[in-house]
Formats: sequence, C-alpha cells, structure tokens
Amino acid sequence: MKKLILSVVLINLLAGCSYFKPKKSTAKAEDTPVATAPAPTGEQQDTGSATQADVNAQTLASDTADSTAAAEHTPAPIEQADKAAVIEQPSDNAAVIEQPKRSVYFPFDVDSIQDADKLVVQAHGAYLGEHPEQKVRTEGHADERGSSEYNLALGQRRANNTKKALVLSGAKTKQVEAISFGEEKPQASGHDENSWAQNRRVDISY
Amino acid sequence: MLRLYSLLVLWCLVFPAHAVLDIEVTGAGEHQIPIAIVPFEGETSYDQRVSEVIANDLLRTGLFKLVDPAGKAPHDSKDVIFSEWGKVEALSIGKVSKLSNGRIEVRFRLLDTVKQSELVAQVISSKDEQIRAIAHHIADLIYERLTGSSGVFSTRIAYINRQGRFNRLVVADSDGFGEQTLLALNQPIMSPAWSPDGNTLAYVSFEQGRAMVYAQSLLTQKRILLAALPGSNSAPAWSPDGQQLALVLTHEGTSQIYLVRPDGSDLRRISYSDTIDTEPTFTPDGRYLLFTSDRGGSAQIYRMPISGGSAERLTFEGSNNFSPRLSPDGKSFVFAHYTGGKFYIAVQDFETRQIQILTPGGWEKKPSFAPNGKLVLFATEVQGRGILATVSSDGRVKQKMTSQQGDIREPTWGPFYKR
Repeated sequence: MKKLILSVVLINLLAGCSYFKPKKSTAKAEDTPVATAPAPTGEQQDTGSATQADVNAQTLASDTADSTAAAEHTPAPIEQADKAAVIEQPSDNAAVIEQPKRSVYFPFDVDSIQDADKLVVQAHGAYLGEHPEQKVRTEGHADERGSSEYNLALGQRRANNTKKALVLSGAKTKQVEAISFGEEKPQASGHDENSWAQNRRVDISY
Repeated sequence: MLRLYSLLVLWCLVFPAHAVLDIEVTGAGEHQIPIAIVPFEGETSYDQRVSEVIANDLLRTGLFKLVDPAGKAPHDSKDVIFSEWGKVEALSIGKVSKLSNGRIEVRFRLLDTVKQSELVAQVISSKDEQIRAIAHHIADLIYERLTGSSGVFSTRIAYINRQGRFNRLVVADSDGFGEQTLLALNQPIMSPAWSPDGNTLAYVSFEQGRAMVYAQSLLTQKRILLAALPGSNSAPAWSPDGQQLALVLTHEGTSQIYLVRPDGSDLRRISYSDTIDTEPTFTPDGRYLLFTSDRGGSAQIYRMPISGGSAERLTFEGSNNFSPRLSPDGKSFVFAHYTGGKFYIAVQDFETRQIQILTPGGWEKKPSFAPNGKLVLFATEVQGRGILATVSSDGRVKQKMTSQQGDIREPTWGPFYKR
C-alpha cells in the first residue's frame, strides 16, 4: 500500500513537472516581473509602479485559469487530497495562484519542512538541478496570529528553509530567491484554523 | 502662534476634510471637567463647524463633560453673564469671520466661570480649508489650560488602508479626518514609522515584489530607498534624535536588527541570534531598544542596549507578546498581548513589572502612545473590518473610529510637530 501511494505521488510530481515548461515560456512572453524572479530595477522605485502591479495581477489571474485547467487532468496525491480540494476553492478570484504541489504547509509558529511535503520539495529541487537556467522564488506566508512584522520574519524563515531543502535536492543557491509576504497575502481570510492552515505556507513560484 | 503658522504651511497640500468617520466613545475619566462650548458666531458659513470639532476632540478624551449652552450664545467676554453658567467650570466662546484678503479669522476666548476670569484669548487667521486645524489648535489650548497636559489634537496619525489588493499609506489628523494619501499600491505596505520631527515617514513597501524600506518626506513627497538587501527589509524605527533608524534585515539569515543612518549609510548589525528578532523601538533616552524575539521559544518582548550585547526578557504573561512601544516618559510600554486565542492591548510598567490589560480583547494589534502619553492608538476589528481605536492609558475611556471604506491596519501616532 505504501509503495502504491509513493508511486502515485511520484507520478503526480512528474505530471506537475510537465507543465513547468509551458508556464515558464508564458511568463517570459508576457514579461511579468512576478512570475519570473524579479530583480529590483530603478524604474520601479517611483509610485508609478502601482500600474506595474496592476499588470502583474492580471497576468497572475490568467495564469490561474491555465494551471487550474491543467490540474483537472492530474489526479491529486492521496495524502494531499483534502488540501488540494481546499486550495482549488478560490476565496478571492484573483488571489489564488498556486498548484497544490507548488505549496508546502506548516503548523502554527513552525518553520521546518514537514515530512508530508519533503518529497514535493525534493522533486522541485531535482527539477531545478536539471534546469540550471530556471529561477524560482520561495514565498513564505504566515497566518495572522502574530504581529505583521513577526509574521514577515516567520514567513522569511519558512522560505529560507524551503530554499535550503531545494538546494540540498539539487538546486543551485543562485536559482532560488527566498522572500516573505508574512500575513499580507492570505489565501483565506477567516479567523479560523481552516483559513490559517491555508495561510501557513511557502509557495514555490516559477 | 508661531507653531500654528508653521503647521498651516506644512498642511497647504492637504485635501479638504471629508466626514468619513463614525466615532463612538465609551467610558469616562474619574474626574470630568464640566465645560460649555458655545457655537462660534459665523461658523455656520463653513462646512466644518469650529465648535463641533472642538467639542468632539474634548469628548474623546473622556476628561470633559460637555454641557449644552441651552440657547445662550455669547461671543465676546462682555456678553457673558457668569451667573447663567453655574453648571460649568469653563466656557469657550468666539467668532469666525472672513477677512478682506479672503482668509478667515477666528477669535477665541476660554473663560473660568468660577473665578469669572479669562484664561486664554487668541486670534488665529488662515486659509478657509484650515478651519479644522484651527479648531484642533483651540482644543489643544483648552486641554492644556484645564488639564495641565499637552493636547494632541493637532498631531497626526499614519496607517494603511486596505481594500482588497489595493493599499494606501495614509496620514490623517489625530481624529482620523483630513486623510492624505502618500502612496497607493496593489501590493502590501507595512509598518509606517514617524521621524521624531514629524516630517518623514519610513515604511515597508512590496512594490518591487518583496519587502523594502523607504523613507518619504511629508514636505516634498520625495523618498529614498533605505534598504533593499536580499530577503526581507522591514520594521523601521527612528532614534529619538532622528540621527539613525533601527531596521530588520534577513540577508544574513533569520530576521536580525541593524542600525543605519537616515541616508542609508553606516549599516551596522546589533543583534546576533539565530532566532527572530524584530519590531525594534527606541527608548525615549535613545539608549535601549525594545524588540520582539522568539529566542525563548515563543514571541516575547526583550530589551537590549543599542550598542548590542545581552538582551533582557521583559514579558512573561500570556502565550505571546508583540509590537512594543514606549510611553513618552519611558516608564512603561504598550504591546499586543496574545492569550486564549485573543489579542489585547496591554501596558507594562518598568518599575513594578505589572501588566494592565487596557482593552476588551479581540483582534487588537499595533498599539502606539499619543505624544502626551494619555491615549493609546491601535487597530481592531468590528464585524470583520479593520478600524482605528483609542483607549486612555488608564483603560477608562475607549473610542472606535469606523471609516466608510477599507480595512485600517498598522496605525501609528505621530509626534508633536517641532519647530
């Protein structure tokens, strides 16, 4: 039984990898700073970048539609079936971005990768090792129980640990940028454990 | 007088005040001073009635009992019949008139009805749109004369207004009116921090895709990027002399505290832990920082000399404690106290180490003292919406300010305007 679960997980991870490429090329074609690893540029320093952010948001929204469609052909890993169901239910149409397999989740005030997510991170790390030109961001998030600054720090630590795990699995340090959004970009907005569980995560963003 | 004029120059860019707030006050001070604020002659020609702004300012402190003038309307000392004002200890009267050069002039007097004497008399002139600023100035005069403490009605607050993904960094009068937007983004903005002269705000913006610290002048709107190192750059706090800022950076690993000059030079690391150290804030003497750290296994408040070195844990009650801010006299600090699944605003005395919970509990975060130490501003939630609230530093008087749009986050009370 265990073997079966493992192979299902692996098949899914491979299926997941198969749409890394189309997504990457879409991102490049549209030149979206969020989807690619954004290097800070002088141009973005003025308030005019509000417009820039608008553009990003639209592109992300269309990305979501694409990847949701892709997900329909991909059976969810058994161990993550309930998570997948939750995540595919958008609380806010524009904000939900992630594939289940591109997010890892954490208990309250914990920043180490959980056993359930280790295979997912390893698969991303291995993919990055084979595609040294590919860059990703690990984007840390936290639930709202804490101050905004403490949560930014906690999200950063989650992102740092995810980056470390990716590097241990084959990625080069320079391929991965670890950043945090703290409690600023919740996936679910309720003051309840169901929402908080979705918000304590790191998104691996290609 | 000089102080007011400089304030008026500073605010020449402010948009007209809008009635965007619904203000609710509960509780009362132990001793309330009975006062009548007579409507000013000529005030009905303006959107903002001077006497109403003054009355609302005084009411929010819980220290005054506003007595209805009951139709009596003296506007000058000679018209006052003191025997008619037995129910009050003080009486505010005055006139608003238009000058030939288009400016307005407000004449104000504060009378002691017991001693039957004049306490304050002032003539103030300005542009029309400054009428609220004049009223706040008069409320400050009344508050100072009758309570002996400095008034904070002319000071300003800063906060973030969030509507969906849309975030605005806002500066407003201390009563939440007269909003001025400094920055509007479809990305998060966090942690506004006033320079001690009130002329610059440092803050965290995600406009370049991750947290970076900016400092923006309120006089010129010019801003500089203070910190953009890899990872997160956040939690700016000014030293009392304005010569340096504390920041939190993660380019060397986990969140650690650094000092930097306001022009971004001379960056120095001062905390060395492998845990989270964040939310630094200077003591009023500039010698110590209070900060939040999870070095003991849960988030608690610590104190450390600004030269670095060993830190002393200050909070022990509740599950977690966050966001310390010193009282202006340095004798206590306010913080967000998390226990039993709720956030409370609490204050702890340095000498006794006793904590006092000031608020009923809920989603109450980010407290900061008014510059006179008498009130604490914080963010709370009512029916799922983030709003501004204040509580008197003794916990007796509470006020909620509900804006019409968006969620209010990360409020911080500005300093007295210095000249």
